[in-house]
Amino acid sequence: MPNFDDFNVGDAIPEMQKPPITRTQLALFAGASGDHNPIHLDDDEARKGGLPGVIAHGMLNMAYLGQLLSGFVPQEKIRTFNARFVAMAAPGDTITCRGEVAAKRQEGGENLLDLQIVAVNQKDETVLDGAASIALD
Amino acid sequence: MSYEEFIGKEYPSFSAEIEKGRLRQFAKAVGESNPVYTDEAAARAAGYASLPAPPTFPFAIAMDAGQSFNILADMGIEMSKAVHGAQGFTYKRAICAGDEITGVQKITNIFEKKGGALLFIEAEIAMVNQDGVGVCDLQTTVIVRNG
Repeated sequence: MPNFDDFNVGDAIPEMQKPPITRTQLALFAGASGDHNPIHLDDDEARKGGLPGVIAHGMLNMAYLGQLLSGFVPQEKIRTFNARFVAMAAPGDTITCRGEVAAKRQEGGENLLDLQIVAVNQKDETVLDGAASIALD
Repeated sequence: MSYEEFIGKEYPSFSAEIEKGRLRQFAKAVGESNPVYTDEAAARAAGYASLPAPPTFPFAIAMDAGQSFNILADMGIEMSKAVHGAQGFTYKRAICAGDEITGVQKITNIFEKKGGALLFIEAEIAMVNQDGVGVCDLQTTVIVRNG
């Protein structure tokens, strides 16, 4: 379990690389996430919307960022977590999640680390950027 | 068209039971290897009542209940013109398998950018568990291309 005093502003947390996104995974995630939009499942439907083919659910990439956090601290230590959907990801893309300490502060009797977090593709292009606050002892 | 009248509008509450099988399916779909999310014994050993819902799972609860889409339908906006712009979560207490979650969605802000080319809709959902205890608040930004 990471300790508050062990981290300084600018320190990185352990990065996490996911295997390439597959169509099978998008089908599983459609069912699991409740997002059945066909642009994630059916190339024909995706093309009707002007896309080259199916794209990954934005919330799949955000789930990856969530794993970055829950891999760093037990999930109940996460106080806030937010992200902006910057770019799309598609089958074959490999997502890597990174984070670094943006600030350290005390609030409500807790030691909080504010993290700047990002999900990038294999070209190092930002797919999601976000922030999270976690409580540490 | 002005959508100002929708700011502050609250939608009917929705409820969902959190199912273990669904949580395991979610864990599989995101390639989760931490047994806390799939193995009941590991979850209990970590202090949870049962399998915990992972950080972004509350959005799946909202999706199941057709949230966000109901706002677009209500405002007369075509779904194909809307994209999910941003998502936030504020966590208060763990959501675990077996919990009965109730949520209420409210539009918190609507504004335009780029001279009206883009419409931003911000909504918040407050979720409570079967004991009436707040578990998670969700902040969703939907961006609509005008015209």
